[in-house]
Amino acid sequence: MIQRFRDVGLPIGLALCWIILFSASTAWGQPAPPTHVEAVDTPNDTGNSITVRWQISPDDKAGAGVDGKMNVVGYHILRSDDPAGPFQLLQEVAGGITEFRDDDGMAGSPAYYYRVRAVDGAGETADSETVGPVKATSEWFHTGKVYILIAVLLYSAILVYCIYHARRGREFFVRRIAGLEAVDEAIGRATEMGRPILYTLGLGGISNIATIASLNILGEVAKRTAEYETPLRVPCYDPIVMNVVREVVRSSYSDAGRPDAYSEDNVFFITDSQFAYAAAVDGIMIREKPAAIFYQGHFYAESLILAETGNSVGAIQIAGTDSDAQLPFFITACDYTLIGEELFAASAYLSREPLIMGSLKGQDYGKALVLAALLVGTVLEIFGVHWVSTFFQAAS
Amino acid sequence: MSTDIGVWIAAFLTLCIFSFLYKDNPFYKFAEHLFVGVSVGYGIVLTIHQGIIPFAWQPLKNSITGEAPLWRFFVTLIPVGVGFLFFSRLMPRYSWLIRYPIAILIGMGAGFAIPRAMETSIFEQMNGTLRPFGVINSLSAGEIIGAVLMLIGVVCTLTYFFFSVEHKGIVGGISKLGIIFLMIGFGSAFGNTVMGRVSLLIQRVDFLLGDWLGIVG
Repeated sequence: MIQRFRDVGLPIGLALCWIILFSASTAWGQPAPPTHVEAVDTPNDTGNSITVRWQISPDDKAGAGVDGKMNVVGYHILRSDDPAGPFQLLQEVAGGITEFRDDDGMAGSPAYYYRVRAVDGAGETADSETVGPVKATSEWFHTGKVYILIAVLLYSAILVYCIYHARRGREFFVRRIAGLEAVDEAIGRATEMGRPILYTLGLGGISNIATIASLNILGEVAKRTAEYETPLRVPCYDPIVMNVVREVVRSSYSDAGRPDAYSEDNVFFITDSQFAYAAAVDGIMIREKPAAIFYQGHFYAESLILAETGNSVGAIQIAGTDSDAQLPFFITACDYTLIGEELFAASAYLSREPLIMGSLKGQDYGKALVLAALLVGTVLEIFGVHWVSTFFQAAS
Repeated sequence: MSTDIGVWIAAFLTLCIFSFLYKDNPFYKFAEHLFVGVSVGYGIVLTIHQGIIPFAWQPLKNSITGEAPLWRFFVTLIPVGVGFLFFSRLMPRYSWLIRYPIAILIGMGAGFAIPRAMETSIFEQMNGTLRPFGVINSLSAGEIIGAVLMLIGVVCTLTYFFFSVEHKGIVGGISKLGIIFLMIGFGSAFGNTVMGRVSLLIQRVDFLLGDWLGIVG
């Protein structure tokens, strides 16, 4: 019987050598560079950045499920104003990251070229292709805010419509707001007691909506104090707000026919440091013992310190703020509190001017629109129609 | 006990301010006036270094020395000039000029704030309220109850803030529910903030007993 013998040692040996050589070459060689690198001017900005994006290297550790050595640990973002280089290291980012925003010295800068360099654990690197040139430019219009613009225009149209009708003599109803009913009571009390009224606008700047609303209320309060000849003291946190307050109080005293009673010294700047302001206003409260204190505007952590001190001197206190974190403290320590939008409605309520009443009615129409959108949107969402939520999502 | 003079000064001033809890006294007055004086001085320096120098002085200087184009000099002069109008208050004859920078500031502030308020207070809140109903089938019973409660809370609270409608009948009932929702929210915020304030007190007491007196480690 002839037995055949086949020597398989050589092919197995060759195969083993090939596997070892291949493994060695892949283990010790360069990593694969990142792919699909792109650099674009960041949209909807003021021309202060360029965004660089890439797809991770096939050898990136974070690339689960991707074939590769998984030894790329990070990327270097390189930048140059010449495609031939030299490229300078701009930033090192960790593996797995696919985007970098370059905002380094973009003002008046030239067009830039970018490369993304993959770096493995052994320090081996591989550069992507060069992309560019890209120049950071500013956009005139933020395309992501179109829906906001539509909403603002719609809301403005409603306001204009209501103000137009108010001007033509249509009367609008305003519900009772307890805190504002008490304004006359507070001023009358101060007059009877012969003590001053203290009015603080909080810590908001002149661009803060609550400060603007507070100025409207202050105007009405100042008119009444001018009529009763009750001193009105307004310590200010912001020097610009102080200037506006002086103008508002001065014009209120003039409107009340008492320009001679206005004293500029009663509206004064203290400091723009939060707790120093609180300490000083506390001191004024303790020493001057005002009969009525108004806290109207935007407040922070000093709210309770002020309101507790005012309470301790026995003043009637009327607060109003849109700072929801501070409302609980005012509600606890003050006699009356205007909650959120009640502060914005206050000037219409106090003055009863048709123009402001019209805008208040317009605000209510706006809220009704939001309420309707919410209810309709909820029903549509349940039935799988996402128009309303898409509208609000697109804008936010 | 600390040998650091800074710690002693800080401890003394802390006690001066705390003395207000007893009543107004010369120590509190001293600390109060020092606090206000230092903060005003610091504010002035900050305004010079973070406002006047980078936004007015430096651009003007750069344009004059040729480091920046000349047209920037004139562009910078516009806001600087408007800012100077604030000083017109010092001259009674021209004090009316102050109304221009004030009008610009208020207009700019409102223009800046309104779209932001629209985005954060309406759009994002609406999106957050509606979103759970789009995936209601995948929500647990607890999450559905939460989403429905949120919707009811928003509707009732919003109804409370209608000013041109008398709060009687159905509207009155819904707005009363709204104020209950508001008070629950305020109650939780109150508790949360009180905890924060207590931790601030603990920090001050820790400073007095630890850093100053060395009684606690």
